[in-house]
Amino acid sequence: MRFDSFSAFIDMGGYGFYVWLSYGVAAALLLILLLTSITGHKQVIKNIAQRKQREDKLRQVRKQRQKQTKQLKTKLSEEVTE
Amino acid sequence: MWKWLHPYANPEVSYHFAGKILPWLSALAALLLSIGLIWALAFAPADYQQGDSFRIFYIHVPAASLSMGIYFGMAIAAFTSLVWQFKLADASAAAMAPVGATFTAIALITGAAWGKPMWGTWWIWDARLTSELILLFLYLGVIALQNAFEDKNLAGKAAGILTLVGVINLPIIKYSVEWWNTLHQGSTISKLGRPSMSVDMLWPFVFCFLGFILLVSVIICIRFRSEILTRNSIRPWVRTLVSQHLTQEKANEV
Repeated sequence: MRFDSFSAFIDMGGYGFYVWLSYGVAAALLLILLLTSITGHKQVIKNIAQRKQREDKLRQVRKQRQKQTKQLKTKLSEEVTE
Repeated sequence: MWKWLHPYANPEVSYHFAGKILPWLSALAALLLSIGLIWALAFAPADYQQGDSFRIFYIHVPAASLSMGIYFGMAIAAFTSLVWQFKLADASAAAMAPVGATFTAIALITGAAWGKPMWGTWWIWDARLTSELILLFLYLGVIALQNAFEDKNLAGKAAGILTLVGVINLPIIKYSVEWWNTLHQGSTISKLGRPSMSVDMLWPFVFCFLGFILLVSVIICIRFRSEILTRNSIRPWVRTLVSQHLTQEKANEV
């Protein structure tokens, strides 16, 4: 340890403000970058999942509609033959 | 000889490889950075001229040289993408740009905080400081271009051209302290064979530098994975991966 006391460590030989400003800003910026990268990755996964769900739903609706129109057509043709 | 590299051109393989090395890189980065920073702050000797303000050196120099190193990496990626149309290179360039911009900002801010007590001014429009500021603007321009187009291939092309044009700035930054009169001091580290630094100061610097390099790789890995997913979002392997992820999350909630 190069410093006699904790207050000397904080004071940094009179340069405390500049040293801690540098270390503080660097730590803050890097932490923000790291956290936004991690949350960004989760967000990407969530977005893709959402899009997938939407597409799956659309596909289901389309299938149902096809089925309904088929049923309707068969009904109509039955009625016509009657 | 280089055939072992070929599978990594596949986005799926690269995605999983980056995911596999991430925990190791993170652990090593945390270890080296904590050793290096504690050593630099509390145990390294004070400079005989600059006193304890010299401790800013341990983040200023790694940040500045990484800001240039990341740009160089980004330029290589941009070149490969433009010449060989290699899609993953675009993804890696997009992953690097925000990291490089952050390190440039750190280099500028810590430089200002070091310049105030040593030179008596936060900022001066000399060659080294101005060219480093231009590097920050280049990064911001590249990031803006990457996000300006819906089509990621087009965006990568535009950003890649700007990246390659901006490479001219790197030698200007590097040699600015030799070409022009400046307040900025010359290089401390890169005098090979004739180290102008005492060993007590060099060791904490080595730890800090390696730690920052590892931290950069960690963040780039995370962002690279996100970029791969967004660029391949309609591929079946991404779809199954995403649904697996969601079911796992639901299981964790229950």
